[in-house]
Amino acid sequence: MKPRQVIPESGDDIATGPDTTGHEWDGIKEYNNPMPRWWLWTMYATIVWGIAYAIAYPSWPLITKATPGLLDYTARGALEEDIRRFNASNAPLDEALVRMELDQVQSDTNLYAYALRGGAAVFRNHCSQCHGSGAAGATGYPNLLDDDWLWGGSEDAIRYTVAHGIRNENDSDARFSQMPAYGEFLETEEIDNLVEYVLSLSGQDHRIEMAVAGSELFAEQCSACHGDAGLGNQEEGAPNLTDAIWLFGGGRDEIRHSIYYSRYGVMPNWNERLTESQIRQVSLYVHQLGGGE
Amino acid sequence: MNASSVNQPPLYAARTPIFPRRVSGKFRSLKWWLLFILLGIYYVVPWIRWDRGDALPDQAVLVDMAHRRFYFFMIEIWPHEFYFVGGLLIMAGLGLFLFTSVLGRVWCGYACPQTIWTDLFIAVERWIEGDRNNRVKLWNSPMTFRKLRLRMTKWTVWLLISVGTGGAWILYFADAPTLIQDFVTLSAHPVAYVTVGILTATTFVFGGFMREQVCTYMCPWPRIQAAMMDENSLTVAYREWRGEPRGKHRRARTDDSLGDCIDCYACVNVCPVGIDIRDGLQMECIGCALCIDACDDVMERIGKPRGLIDYMTLVDEKLKTESTNFHDLIKRLLRPRVILYACAWSLMGLGLLAALFLRPDIEFSISPVRNPLFVELSDGSIRNSYEIRIKNRHGSDTKFSIGMEADAPLSVRLEGSDELSTFVDADQTALRRVYVTAPAGSAAATGGKINIRLRVEDASNAASAQKTTTFHGKGQ
Repeated sequence: MKPRQVIPESGDDIATGPDTTGHEWDGIKEYNNPMPRWWLWTMYATIVWGIAYAIAYPSWPLITKATPGLLDYTARGALEEDIRRFNASNAPLDEALVRMELDQVQSDTNLYAYALRGGAAVFRNHCSQCHGSGAAGATGYPNLLDDDWLWGGSEDAIRYTVAHGIRNENDSDARFSQMPAYGEFLETEEIDNLVEYVLSLSGQDHRIEMAVAGSELFAEQCSACHGDAGLGNQEEGAPNLTDAIWLFGGGRDEIRHSIYYSRYGVMPNWNERLTESQIRQVSLYVHQLGGGE
Repeated sequence: MNASSVNQPPLYAARTPIFPRRVSGKFRSLKWWLLFILLGIYYVVPWIRWDRGDALPDQAVLVDMAHRRFYFFMIEIWPHEFYFVGGLLIMAGLGLFLFTSVLGRVWCGYACPQTIWTDLFIAVERWIEGDRNNRVKLWNSPMTFRKLRLRMTKWTVWLLISVGTGGAWILYFADAPTLIQDFVTLSAHPVAYVTVGILTATTFVFGGFMREQVCTYMCPWPRIQAAMMDENSLTVAYREWRGEPRGKHRRARTDDSLGDCIDCYACVNVCPVGIDIRDGLQMECIGCALCIDACDDVMERIGKPRGLIDYMTLVDEKLKTESTNFHDLIKRLLRPRVILYACAWSLMGLGLLAALFLRPDIEFSISPVRNPLFVELSDGSIRNSYEIRIKNRHGSDTKFSIGMEADAPLSVRLEGSDELSTFVDADQTALRRVYVTAPAGSAAATGGKINIRLRVEDASNAASAQKTTTFHGKGQ
């Protein structure tokens, strides 16, 4: 199509008939299609809005902070307000959780879901540093997913451990037990015999003569805590020596080390840093990770 | 800004008021029908009921923001299926492209809410203040009691329509009968009042006072449309070769030097955007075709053929064709861009239909717990955990049972339960942990990874689905 002549000699647009502004550069003329006047007023309105906003809210940067604004708004303040609001709305749930027997919570679907969500958050913040984000633990840090518990795996036993911790100096109610370091008063040969006997308890390869010799020593020295059959005792925090789970390793060398020097795992008491509701939440969370008793 | 200066014309101008005259004809009738149908759909749809069971809303069309659900008759869309909404929006966009490249600004002229509500508001205005001449007279007269009364009546009716517009909108977002009751008793959520307030204000101002200015100054779509139209797109235009030179009609005119246009201004007087179509294609024109009705009426009365102003293309005007014949129409329709838009639109539609009908009856997902890969239990057996999410799309609590198949003697257990079945609340997704355990010393426990299949069965309709996942032994 042939281009239409848009600005005829008269200076008028043949289509809509607006004038040009009269400006002309190198023969190029500028249309004047005047905007409606309300358009101008909306622009003034945005300017007024901008000024009002700058007065009401933090806006002008100063050296360390910005002008506070008449409404005294801060993003941090808004967040704190949000947190206060959520805590207030969760307060009835927290109260119910603290009142209820822990093994009954599961019957209250809503409260149980709240506890698990909260417990997962508490676990990630406070427990995962040692026990791992998946709660699988590591050497010296118990795996919380399995079915083996040093101090008991019921909801209440877990709650006690979380609240008071293990072998810490802060809480006189902390779980406490102390296996002697047998390297100080047993002969090396005796310890070697003990190691073979402990290996035999969990069905691992062992030297039979030495194990038989070690069994007498075990009955004498170890069975008070670990039991005659080596099944352990949760009252004493004494591990079961017959199963497949070893906190510090179940090989010959690791067992020898454990007997010679003993092992003292420590866990902080959380009753000073978490609320009772949070302790209960994380206890319920840990209980349902797969090993709860 | 000095308006009086010749060299400095005003940069801003007051709006010239427009008083569209009543017109009747086939396009006006079509527009009335569309107005009634579209407004009817808008106001009636929220009241249609649709039974989905006790736990789900019984409103046929509902956007349930609070529960993240969208209901459309038998279709229910969850947030993870939002692509349906995306697809529909793409189809709407492509549909507009298609219609624009074939029919020009047909959306603007017939279906746009701005056009429909403006039409309705102008009809109210005409009903209360009279037709064009009366309205011009009233506009120019000083404020009298009568003028005040007419204005107040008109604004009141407009306001009622506007409240109805905003009021109907919120009904799509909550149960309509309940919401209306809450709304009237002032116990609805503040968002409902704010939404109705905003939509009432915009309807009142856009339909009553802004009108064509919305299309000319605010709406981006007319500007975009210019890129989709070419000389083959349908536009409302004036057959200049037939009409010019225009001149006053004389009953016994024998002078053949004049064209068919009798310069009666019927086309200008009915125009809702206040332009003279005889000046050619203009950006203000919304293609509403009312000038065609007006001109056809005049042509009939003076005994000339219809179609001095008509739907035509720029090609028609250049060829000086009287009207478009069928053969040309087909040729015009089969332009590459039209075919492209039509194909893209259809593909999108077919894709969405396929996605809709291929949606599985039962939906679940498995995410194997990878931290840790496995847990060794005290008896030496090896346990893997799997988090499965089961969606219950029924309107009632439903029991789902879980099964496992593997080429190894594995056992399966559900966390916190002695059974292999679980209830999922109506319309909810449940997260459950499944344990799969290989006995101590078995090949699966000591080996690497093997494939297993987890199956979920819906006890209510026996629909089942299964997915393959992996089991990790100690040996990797």
